Amino acid sequence: MTRLPVSMILGAVLSAMFLAMALVSFVWTPHDVEQLVIANRLQPASGDFPLGTDQFGRDLLSMLMVGARVSLAVALVAVGIGVVIGVPLGLAAAATRGSLLDELIMRGNDLIFAFPSLVIAILITAVFGPSAFNAIIAIGIFNIPVFARVARGGALSLWTLDYILAARVAGKGKIRISVEHILPNIANLLIVQATIQFSLGILAEAALSYVGLSVQPPVPSWGRMLSDAQTMIYSHPMLAILPGLAIVLMVLGLNLMGDGLRDLLDPRLRRRRQ
Amino acid sequence: MLRYVLGRLLSLGLSLIVASLVIFTVIEVIPGDPAAFMLGLNADEATVAALRADLGLEGSKAARYVSWISGMVQGDFGTSYTYRVPVGQLVADRLWVSIPLALFALILSTAIAFPIGILSAANRGRGLDYGIMGGTQLGIAIPNFWFGMLLVLVFAVTLQWFSAGGFPGWETPLAALKALVLPSIALALPQAAILARVMRSALIETLAQDYMRTARAKGLPRRQALLRHALRNALIPVLTIIGLQFSFLLAGAIIIENVFFLPGLGRLIFQGITQRDLVVVESVTMLLVFAVILVTFIVDIAYAIADPRLRRRA
Repeated sequence: MTRLPVSMILGAVLSAMFLAMALVSFVWTPHDVEQLVIANRLQPASGDFPLGTDQFGRDLLSMLMVGARVSLAVALVAVGIGVVIGVPLGLAAAATRGSLLDELIMRGNDLIFAFPSLVIAILITAVFGPSAFNAIIAIGIFNIPVFARVARGGALSLWTLDYILAARVAGKGKIRISVEHILPNIANLLIVQATIQFSLGILAEAALSYVGLSVQPPVPSWGRMLSDAQTMIYSHPMLAILPGLAIVLMVLGLNLMGDGLRDLLDPRLRRRRQ
Repeated sequence: MLRYVLGRLLSLGLSLIVASLVIFTVIEVIPGDPAAFMLGLNADEATVAALRADLGLEGSKAARYVSWISGMVQGDFGTSYTYRVPVGQLVADRLWVSIPLALFALILSTAIAFPIGILSAANRGRGLDYGIMGGTQLGIAIPNFWFGMLLVLVFAVTLQWFSAGGFPGWETPLAALKALVLPSIALALPQAAILARVMRSALIETLAQDYMRTARAKGLPRRQALLRHALRNALIPVLTIIGLQFSFLLAGAIIIENVFFLPGLGRLIFQGITQRDLVVVESVTMLLVFAVILVTFIVDIAYAIADPRLRRRA
């Protein structure tokens, strides 16, 4: 067993911290985040409000906790969409390499790449209205080609190996080979990509909620906390600093963990490092 | 080479057609009656009918699509419903903010990323390399709009070197440039972090090649070998990322324009959404996608020039 790099441990700790925050927020937050108590507005940090309050008298710590939940949930489902749709597409493309299907899947992917994810989100919200659901769709659509590409790339090199040939000679069909032999062998690649997309999803959700295209009030989100704080930046900079810091630490944690996982799961890199 | 360019051109055209179909479907087909959608629930039937005629919605969907596209090709982007001016004119005004912004950011991010990436690769495994890589991890994690707010906090609120937002127009070129400084830094830095990492790993990859050993063996100093041979070969993956970054910069510019209250394409799109001005949303989205597809095309061609192997493969 190799020693885990410090950066990966740091990443795991950061990610676990935010995950814990999000989970705890389901059962307990220091204060109700949807209740506006104007008498408490813009309180400095104190025993009752560990990080102070915003201009509507809401407890910042409670808002950050619920915000973590929103962020994680949106990013998680968006990654799920990418995996569930993208991986089978990528496997199918690899199994039928060079066919019309392969060509169609890859060109379709190029097309999605041509739309910046934010533009997709804007299109969707322009027609269906802003909501967390639409933010998930907008981010998730963009994840599909990413996973399709990774799955196809990984699968293509596997299809040339002898044991796959052996499986074919044994009479296994392409679908069965893809599921039984290819998928387990590209799982590492997919896990690493999932961590990366997860952190990108958190950044994307923050951007969308900053411009008001994700969850709607009164549910707090990190991005909207930032846009609410923008007019207060002169007098109460902490309101703008804390949610941003939460985003940075969460994304940093996931990225460090992703890098560590990649080193750990890729035997070639592991050997080089030793 | 000619075959390669023709192939790319064909794919450029196809992408544009499919993209326009997608946008047209989302905006004009899915909502049912765009005129009713734009006017909201309380509009009376006569007004909706008038707008429908105004927007040319009476024809079949296919005819509308064709007229939209042929209009766009001729530079006619339709007339904004809320502004009552041609969308083309609105876009042209806004482009003078958005394009310089994205361009400055691209130049800035490249200018930061290249030296840092090269320095990091040349000092691989030493303290400097670890320091730079740690810094880029942080840079990647920072959302550009938050970074923009921090810049405002430091340079506009505390030091008062720059204004916190707004755009004076190009009639006063110096003031206009100054207004774009903070936004382009905010846009560029996170992108520079990504680019620096790509630069570093591409260089490290090429430094391990046999021809690098040859170059060193024939007596070329390390520095020369790195700058003359390794850098050129490392440029291919770096070019890909620069091309991809353009679309991120465009999308990022949409958000950053909101942070700094810049009257660019991004603001135009958001105003279009809040005012349900579908004509504006449709045409500006198409324009953005067109820009991204065009840049991808240019990058593909740039590749072929940088890497002769690609030409032959096509």
